[in-house]
Amino acid sequence: MSTSRVAPRAPFEAVVAEHGATVLRVCRAVLGPADADDAWSETFLAALKAYPRLPGDANVEAWLVTIAHRKAIDITRAAARHAVPVADVPEPPPAGPADGRGLDLAGALAALPRRQREAIAYHYLAGLPYQDVAAITGGSTDAARRAAADGIARLRKTYPGAALPDGEDS
Amino acid sequence: MTTNHETGLFQALPAVTEADLAALRDRLPAVTEAELSALHDRLATRADAEGVLDVAYRTLDTPVGTLLLAATPAGLVRVAYPVEGHDQVLAALAARVSPRILNAPRRLDEAAREIGEYFAGRRRAFDLPLDYRLATGFRREVLTRLPGIGYGTTASYATVAATVGHPRAFRAVGTACATNPLPVVLPCHRVIRSDGDPGNYRGGPAAKQFLLNLEAA
Repeated sequence: MSTSRVAPRAPFEAVVAEHGATVLRVCRAVLGPADADDAWSETFLAALKAYPRLPGDANVEAWLVTIAHRKAIDITRAAARHAVPVADVPEPPPAGPADGRGLDLAGALAALPRRQREAIAYHYLAGLPYQDVAAITGGSTDAARRAAADGIARLRKTYPGAALPDGEDS
Repeated sequence: MTTNHETGLFQALPAVTEADLAALRDRLPAVTEAELSALHDRLATRADAEGVLDVAYRTLDTPVGTLLLAATPAGLVRVAYPVEGHDQVLAALAARVSPRILNAPRRLDEAAREIGEYFAGRRRAFDLPLDYRLATGFRREVLTRLPGIGYGTTASYATVAATVGHPRAFRAVGTACATNPLPVVLPCHRVIRSDGDPGNYRGGPAAKQFLLNLEAA
């Protein structure tokens, strides 16, 4: 039999230090601030459990975002079971952080369809190529690229404060 | 659609640069250190409760420098001096014990308290669960005998060798002390050369002399 390719891994503490902030941004972008903390906790607890079996050459960030994607779906499903269904997406939170920073863009993101939020979060916040985004969300690379582009195009309308990229390409 | 040449979020599509990511991050609510710290603590607590925190660690400031304390669920597994390089020690723990390692001070509360009392001159012996897994065979045999050398006293490498039934193995005793994974708590600093010279020490000769002076006071 071939020998294991699992290389000795860095202490998990280093994984949290390096990727904790990015995963929290991704969770906030996909789920909104209220559920982001739970998604982050579930993601890192699951990652800690599986960490010793992660292949040594794995892309740790893509792995974490994959787990976060599944945990976000779990949380959304659990919320749907416990809540009275509301029409479409909830309104963005009325108040932002005390410094007012990010208020508009976070609200505009929250108003996007989920698929677009995911594509933007995984591509633009986590920095994953569309091929990886597609592997996480399902569907084709082109569909992932289109979802991000459509999302960016909508953000340009709903969030006029920032210059945003052309949505036609990438 | 117009091409955007202003200070846009993403100037360099399709490639996403660090600057693009920073631009988007800067326009979203900030992730603060306090928020991450709270989430980290919650993770450590849950990991411990679910039995998947294989190694917990913290640091402790002492007169001989900042010590790294690490514990498995079985007990204290490693005490490391600054000269050993705490990052290297944690990497070695990841390789030899498990990479499921978090900075999680709570498991080290009792160890930190007792070691603090020791350096304050208020404790002469330690009463802590110890995990000896980083020492095997003869070295472990030597280490388990070290607490028998009383506070404020010393023994030669040859004497310790005789104690474990191998009087000619004083060099191996020296190696066991030099690789003691639990210095201070397992008092290898009380093992000195037959001519009275303190000899070498994992934390450096100055640390060894400090401990001997502390216990002689």
